[in-house]
Amino acid sequence: MSNELVQFLSVVAPEAIVGTGICVVLLAGLFAGDRARDATYLLSMVTLVAAAWVTGSAAPNGSLTGGAFVVDSLSVVLKMFAYAAVAAVLVYARAYLVGRRMDRSEFHLLVLFALLGIMVMVSAGSFLVMYLGLETLSLALYAMVAVERDAPMGAEAAIKYFVLGAIASGCLLYGISLIYGATGALNFTDVAAALQTTTGARPLAAAVGIGFLVVGIAFKFGAVPFHTWLPDVYQGAPACTTLFVATVPKIAAFSLALRMLGDGLDVLASDWRFLLGAVAIVSVVVGNLIAIAQTSIRRMLAYSTVGHVGFILLGFASGGAEGINAALFYTLVYIVMTMAAFGLVILLSPAGQEADAFDDLRGLNQRSPWFAFLMLLVMVSMIGVPPLAGFWAKWWVLSALLDAGQLSLAIVAVLFSVVGAFYYLRVIWLMYFEPPAMTGARMAPELDLRLLLSVNALLVLGLGVFPGNLLRLCARALGAVSG
Amino acid sequence: MIGLTHYLVLSAVLFSIAVAGIFINRKNVILLLMCIELLLLAVNFNFVAFSRFLDDPAGQVFVFFILTVAAAESAIGLAILVVLFRTRRSINVQELDVLRG
Repeated sequence: MSNELVQFLSVVAPEAIVGTGICVVLLAGLFAGDRARDATYLLSMVTLVAAAWVTGSAAPNGSLTGGAFVVDSLSVVLKMFAYAAVAAVLVYARAYLVGRRMDRSEFHLLVLFALLGIMVMVSAGSFLVMYLGLETLSLALYAMVAVERDAPMGAEAAIKYFVLGAIASGCLLYGISLIYGATGALNFTDVAAALQTTTGARPLAAAVGIGFLVVGIAFKFGAVPFHTWLPDVYQGAPACTTLFVATVPKIAAFSLALRMLGDGLDVLASDWRFLLGAVAIVSVVVGNLIAIAQTSIRRMLAYSTVGHVGFILLGFASGGAEGINAALFYTLVYIVMTMAAFGLVILLSPAGQEADAFDDLRGLNQRSPWFAFLMLLVMVSMIGVPPLAGFWAKWWVLSALLDAGQLSLAIVAVLFSVVGAFYYLRVIWLMYFEPPAMTGARMAPELDLRLLLSVNALLVLGLGVFPGNLLRLCARALGAVSG
Repeated sequence: MIGLTHYLVLSAVLFSIAVAGIFINRKNVILLLMCIELLLLAVNFNFVAFSRFLDDPAGQVFVFFILTVAAAESAIGLAILVVLFRTRRSINVQELDVLRG
């Protein structure tokens, strides 16, 4: 028995550490109160470092209960990236939370819960584990949006996100139930094996199930037509929550799509590739078009996310290992870029108010040339101009599409990326060629925030000049699971 | 004789009623929460029917997890509802119009 326990713990050690960290942060927040405001922040950081250390030192192969929970090179890479991203979110959020008297344990606790859900999803080898991880993540996100309790917009965004998210979970579950009925299995490997031999009405049931799964995946990514929660949450939630919601859960969404569709339902790839391709191209078109009409920086970034998500899904839809590799690369680059963009939004939000309208960006160059330059880097990268990271992300998705012979999808994607350049350029125009609208707004944030934002934005440049390392990392991570 | 198909049709009907209820209802957020519960119960129906038909207990295990998660989901939903009511003094769906998707 003890042998089994040791084996069990060796596989789930990172999750166990984060779970323990959650309990400790919960208790610390409860008992330390106002006396130790930094306690939960530091404890969260310690949890992340410990989890990263354990994840890195464990062998990247192992599974539990017949493959329902797996540790492979992909899960290790995605978990490491999630730790780093969550740590960055905590640093960005710190000054913001203190400035709004929200620096109690709730935000840190919810972030750790969400991280636990992401880790479970990244390691999921069965529909059941995937669902449980997804709900752990989603429930934490719903609460996080409403974490500022006296903000009416936050509550409205939270209830809308909650209702739509519950429908998406329901659709996902309905799809899972149909696939379970068609194959009699819940583990992805068993489902894939069963689909090889099924006949009669069963493949049809599985195909209908795939339709429901794609609805769930599209919602979690925020792809059209299931994107309506994105602008509401981006605008209504506190900036620190928006920073988190916009970035880290995309890792989980990538795993959701890759493990369920790529590992479990590869036999029916032609079905889901078509559906994902349709959702993706509509997202690229609609996201980039609606973003032009926005007057709020957050809503603009929300629709820009829709466009980026379209590109990620195009990578999946193109099929083959190269397309999925491009999708993973795009996901990671998207997270780095969006993190920097929302980091700047946080930086522009002085205590007590939110940076939301474009006016806050006006004349940023005169107030702070360095931050204006960093934002310039991020915006140009989002457009997809070489030599920045966003260029390579788009380039590899497009080359995967061309290799798959989907010329028309590639042309439409390029066309609407060019359309999208308009609203990014408007941000640059506002920063450099307009006089500042606000007077007296102080731009002297804490040193750690300035440092992190600089590193984050320069990373966009660094990944653009040297994209090979990250691409090789993606390829190595996917080598073990290439569907 | 009641076969698998009957159960699946019933489940699909319940699912459709739940989705329709969410989109038609313009009055009360609590009704939305009830529709979400119905949605999950329809899925449970599916799982139990398949589990019985396939003679495989995994589907019934899944149902227990769904029931547990549904309880947690209701708790979060009601908590958000309380926050909403405190700030707005209303839970009317039509008045949730500050943010427009």
